[in-house]
Amino acid sequence: MTPFIRLDGLVAPLDRANVDTDAIIPKQFLKSIHRSGFGPNLFDEWRYLDHGEPGMDCARRPLNPEFVLNQPRYQGASILLARENFGCGSSREHAVWALHEYGMRCVIAPSFADIFFTNSFKSGLLPIRLPDAVLDRLFAAVAATPGYRLQVDLPEQTVTTPDGSAFAFEIDPFRKECLLNGWDDIGLTLRHAAAIRAYETQRRQTAPWLFA
Amino acid sequence: MAAKTLYDKLWDAHVVHTDADGTALLYIDRHLVHEVTSPQAFEGLRLAGRAPWRLHSMVAMPDHNTPTDPGFTTIADPVSRVQVETLDANARALDLRYFPIGDVRRGIVHVVGPEQGATLPGMTVVCGDSHTSTHGALGALAFGIGTSEVEHVMATQCLIQKKSKAMLVRVDGQAGPGVTAKDIVLAIIGRIGTAGGTGYALEFGGDAIRALSMEGRMTVCNMAIEAGARAGMVAVDDTTLEYVRGRPFAPQGEVWEQAVAAWRDLHSDADAVFDRIVTLDAATIKPQVTWGTSPEMVAAVDECVPDPARESDPVRREGMERALRYMGLQPNQPISTIRLDRVFIGSCTNSRIEDLRAAAAVIRGRSVAASLKQALVVPGSGLVKQQAEAEGLDRIFTAAGFEWREPGCSMCLAMNADRLLPGEHCAATSNRNFEGRQGQGGRTHLVSPAMAAAAALAGHFVDVRSF
Repeated sequence: MTPFIRLDGLVAPLDRANVDTDAIIPKQFLKSIHRSGFGPNLFDEWRYLDHGEPGMDCARRPLNPEFVLNQPRYQGASILLARENFGCGSSREHAVWALHEYGMRCVIAPSFADIFFTNSFKSGLLPIRLPDAVLDRLFAAVAATPGYRLQVDLPEQTVTTPDGSAFAFEIDPFRKECLLNGWDDIGLTLRHAAAIRAYETQRRQTAPWLFA
Repeated sequence: MAAKTLYDKLWDAHVVHTDADGTALLYIDRHLVHEVTSPQAFEGLRLAGRAPWRLHSMVAMPDHNTPTDPGFTTIADPVSRVQVETLDANARALDLRYFPIGDVRRGIVHVVGPEQGATLPGMTVVCGDSHTSTHGALGALAFGIGTSEVEHVMATQCLIQKKSKAMLVRVDGQAGPGVTAKDIVLAIIGRIGTAGGTGYALEFGGDAIRALSMEGRMTVCNMAIEAGARAGMVAVDDTTLEYVRGRPFAPQGEVWEQAVAAWRDLHSDADAVFDRIVTLDAATIKPQVTWGTSPEMVAAVDECVPDPARESDPVRREGMERALRYMGLQPNQPISTIRLDRVFIGSCTNSRIEDLRAAAAVIRGRSVAASLKQALVVPGSGLVKQQAEAEGLDRIFTAAGFEWREPGCSMCLAMNADRLLPGEHCAATSNRNFEGRQGQGGRTHLVSPAMAAAAALAGHFVDVRSF
């Protein structure tokens, strides 16, 4: 995984609550057996005017000019603002892969669905929870200021606006450490291989039916 | 010893290691695998030169992409076919416990797990699918994971987890006639909202939950995720034990007795403390119908579509307005005036034998409305289908004009050929009414099997209690 340390990024606003993973990456694209190739189909049903299917050349498809990510001022955005319960619904990690491949590195919302939140860290996408009132302010600032950028500092756990206002965010220390170092979870867990084996040995005694 | 919730007991029994900050390594007993979220995990394992930690903890089957056409022999969509063939190949290469196409035990992974006894009380159960919460109905800790975690469980038999908070959802009293598990869980979601359970593990309790069959409890736990909770669970009781007894993967003989003794403790202690308690009175719950694009946008069948103008919160109001535009509905329109194009009875929420019996009981001797384009029944597994056919349910459905299909996820998420066309309204017994979920532009209304059956006959929503 690529480490995440600091980010100075263009901000795009997606002013909706309950953005679900079906919307982030529609089901027809989950048929892929690969881990990449999802970026062009991020928000497919909102982003294009036609119906998307795997294998289509997205560069030739009609864009929906109303959709926020299609507006010229948000091209190259790496920070997405959203409303509550972002990433709800299906467990598809393809949603995170699609956001990351599109270029997003950070999503800022008042709340996230649990599975999406967990999945984000696996691909180096930082989900940041900030209060509703702060989001209101950021949405207003983005709307009023073309080229609006934010600075995200993971070691300091702050989001800083161009006028210097800094908002602190919470992050689990373990997840922070993994992101800063780009650590692979499996490698970390296998350091406890002996403890896992000891647990299994004991469980086989007390609950043998679990190992049938 | 301090009183524990059911969640505490399940959690404590599976902790391998805890870091100083509370991050735990949680041991996983059962890993269910399907074709959509596993290929990248199998590949990751291979690329890293790792072998599965405990091969027989995995039970695999294709369900999302599989056709449901009677007697199908091939998958027409080449992309879907490759995905199913990839699972076939991975299963062969590793010698997995596998129910391929053609095996009567195959079906929707969340129907098959309990049906086979592959998911048992007291287990930790995971699957790369958010509706894994279903298995909590057996008194298990069950939750959905993403593909990186699928690979992590394959490689280590563990997950890195922080303990959630515990919420008790207590449904007191007795549900009235025609009010089912589906109506109860939709009413719960309507109450606490789609993010109400975020950060919590939900335990469903109270007389109305205790009175439910295992199928009903699975329906309730299935939709815990639609309330934002990764896991939902119900305490073990005689209903649970009777359900599990004699299933192919369930213990037998002396080990069964040993297991039952352990499972009897799988309930929250009387004085256990929950972080939040929500109570509902079952007697006040009516048959439910969703009108919007989030499961929390739900009303009783005898009510009207709400008016966004009466919503004070601007973000919520905007969400309601957008939902009504998408759904093609008017504020204050009676739910019973919503006309339907298709009806779908199936999905991991409502495709078990009891669901099919409930729908068939409404349909028996009647016909679907002439205005309907399609009415589908998709059993949850090959064995559910077989049982239903033995009871003659298939003939009740087909005589009424329903199509009787092969098992799979089907029109719940429309990854296979079963889908809505833009603008079509569907009464669905599934779990998500998101935009485009059942097909681009499709308009989904979530209901119980009995309500879907009644709607199919009438061509619009009707109150099954007076039908």
